[in-house]
Amino acid sequence: MKEVAVIGLGCTTFGEKWNDSFRDLFIEAGVLALEDANLSGEQIDALFVGNMSAGRFVEQEHIGALIADYAGLAIRHIPSTRVEAACASGGLAFRQAFTAVASGMADIVVAAGVEKMTDVAPGQTVDTLAGAADREWEGFVGATFPSLYAMIANDYMHRYPLTREQLAQVAVKNHYNGARNPIAQFQQEITIDTVVSSSLVADPLRLFDCSPITDGAAAVILAPLELAREFTDTPVKVLASGQASDTIALHDRRDISTLDATVEAARRAFRQAGLSQQDIDLIEVHDCFTIAELCAIEDLGFCAKGEAGKLTEEGVTAFDGDLPVNTSGGLKACGHPVGATGIKQIYEIVKQLRGEAGKRQVEARIGMTHNVGGTGATVVVHIFGVT
Amino acid sequence: MSVARFWRKIPQRYNLIGTRCESCGRYYFPPRTFCPSCRRNGKIIEYQFTGTGKVITYTVVRAASEQFEYATPYVLAIVEFDEGPRLTAQIVCNPDEVYIGMKVKKVFRRIGTDGKSGVIHYGTKFIPA
Repeated sequence: MKEVAVIGLGCTTFGEKWNDSFRDLFIEAGVLALEDANLSGEQIDALFVGNMSAGRFVEQEHIGALIADYAGLAIRHIPSTRVEAACASGGLAFRQAFTAVASGMADIVVAAGVEKMTDVAPGQTVDTLAGAADREWEGFVGATFPSLYAMIANDYMHRYPLTREQLAQVAVKNHYNGARNPIAQFQQEITIDTVVSSSLVADPLRLFDCSPITDGAAAVILAPLELAREFTDTPVKVLASGQASDTIALHDRRDISTLDATVEAARRAFRQAGLSQQDIDLIEVHDCFTIAELCAIEDLGFCAKGEAGKLTEEGVTAFDGDLPVNTSGGLKACGHPVGATGIKQIYEIVKQLRGEAGKRQVEARIGMTHNVGGTGATVVVHIFGVT
Repeated sequence: MSVARFWRKIPQRYNLIGTRCESCGRYYFPPRTFCPSCRRNGKIIEYQFTGTGKVITYTVVRAASEQFEYATPYVLAIVEFDEGPRLTAQIVCNPDEVYIGMKVKKVFRRIGTDGKSGVIHYGTKFIPA
């Protein structure tokens, strides 16, 4: 396998972007990434785009071709592929791009993610997202996404000593980070009281335990490491890529509050990189709900099961802690345009490793991303390092 | 959900007809026609679940999709059948009443409707046993 580097990055601001269409979003992110890598379109060999549900959100399928067309790449007829794994679509699109470059099949490859979620009514958004779980046997009986994670939270709190305040601290921390991120949907700090006094969505999860509905797009450009310095002075190497699957329905899992796919994807990634948890300086994890961040920290192997709440309370995962988690603000504060999230996580880690993260810059040489589809039926983990 | 799509799962949704693999003895609900454990060596047969079990975890849904807004707040749970498999289902009880480990049994109930003029979806919910 060839060594692979990220040579360019672009991301739109995240939020309810009424002025921007699906096409506007991915073009903006793509152009930013091309400018960042000092590339023109002629050099691009292939494109992979993560998108969960343009079919239901904007009634448009055939996204790969659409993006190639509007990016001016259809003239050159480059291969362009849509990748779908619900909320892990972005991370998985990056993995496909990584595989293409590592195999030698292509040199300069774009990995992008896009989701336009606010062109339909919120009720339809909720229903579309429920399609990331088991429609026949979860959605049919009234399961929403928050309700599935709420059942994880109740199982977790029944078995481990997690307090309501510790859970809330995840959102407080992520809003603190989001307030320092110019692309974040929510750039204001909140308190524990904000979380525990917000309305109940699915007990015990409240509104401020949940990531929002977001429009946005992100794009990164990959190249063989040996060519990377032709395009950038700060290439960031892809040290590992791990992917794993699990049952589509939460009720079929071995353990309700352990994401076995996270455990397995992380194990594969650490083995590939020849690294362990101690080597990682910061992580972006899939905090679609506050409980999901705690499960992620544990299942990635950074602490024992049941301990992540205490770590969060003690500030270990804060911006200035020993293991900063979600310096971007995470899905909670930065926003969660589902297909774009996995690419935005990589955008954040590469920004940090390049030393370009501004007010939220941390000391880091190695970073990790963790992207989850559904309630854990797909997990994609990547590890990145400075060169 | 189209009429055909609902109709073809009526035995499963109304009467908890699941499956069982005669090779390994495992029970499956929701039903599987391919044993994940034995794979090609599996021999799947139909099995009607007794419909008794216990609550593994639960939540109270306060914000639902359009189809279920009428029912909020409702109790949603993962129920483990006495035979072993687990499924997601609503529990017909007061939100304060449900707890992890609660014994439950099946009941036939309306689940939802497909819009104002579509079919009415019936299926299985659970009540405290």
